[in-house]
Amino acid sequence: MQKKIIKSSIILFLIFIIGVFFVGLNKNSIYDTKNLVGQKITKIQLERFNDKRIITEDDLKKNNFTLINFWASWCAPCRDEHPILIKLNDEKNLKLLGVNFKDKKSNALEFLKDLGDPYDDLARDELGKQSINFGIYGIPESILINKNLVIIKKFIGPISKNDYDDIKNIVRQ
Amino acid sequence: MRTKVIIFFILINFNVVNAITFSVDSNKILKNLRCLICQGQSVADSNSDFAQTIKIVVKDQINDGKSEKEIYDFLIEKYGEWIVYKPPFNKVNFVLWLFPYIALVSGGVIIFLFLKKRDNH
Repeated sequence: MQKKIIKSSIILFLIFIIGVFFVGLNKNSIYDTKNLVGQKITKIQLERFNDKRIITEDDLKKNNFTLINFWASWCAPCRDEHPILIKLNDEKNLKLLGVNFKDKKSNALEFLKDLGDPYDDLARDELGKQSINFGIYGIPESILINKNLVIIKKFIGPISKNDYDDIKNIVRQ
Repeated sequence: MRTKVIIFFILINFNVVNAITFSVDSNKILKNLRCLICQGQSVADSNSDFAQTIKIVVKDQINDGKSEKEIYDFLIEKYGEWIVYKPPFNKVNFVLWLFPYIALVSGGVIIFLFLKKRDNH
């Protein structure tokens, strides 16, 4: 009887260990915050770039879809995605909200002057505090939200051609 | 006079105890937060942009009167449980929390049975 208990305990233990390894090794170990998709964004308090007025949830509820793009003039990948953002600006159902992240105002303005301004509205997050509310941990990052402020998609890193197609398909539906 | 002095010291003592009990230790929180863009560093140890922002946010939330749990809940909501080194006990990770105790008890039972068997022989 005792032998049986010991044997079954060892077998159960081995099954458990193998199970842990199986689940652990099959799990994607690259960290991202895409699990925020489906969550509603709340407590939006973004300071407008030019006049320091506050952009709130009520402002974003007016748009069918909003792409919130976190960028900075010192961020090289932001330059890569900029032409795509300019193309996205043509979408009628989509408003682009740019959030200038930890940047100098003059540098940001020069960046937009050189590469074009794709944004319908522009905000500033000087200390990066607001970015935490959006689960941002590096830039560029973009968040596509709907009228109800629910996150439809999150783009970590520069927006690619495939991402552009995805966004286009979503907002044209 | 003596009564007044005693009351004074009791009040001071009560305030000190209260301050110790209710103050939120920002350093403790920052040490338990993982810097998501660093290699094995906590937010407290890192000077990265991300860590600096988290430090400001945690400080703000403490000043707003948020408790340690509320601060963790907010950051877990935004970044997932990966951001805390010591994740809260829940139905997903309960095995991880209970396993050491289960292993300890099972080991004890196995050793006990083994010794008992040897004594019988």
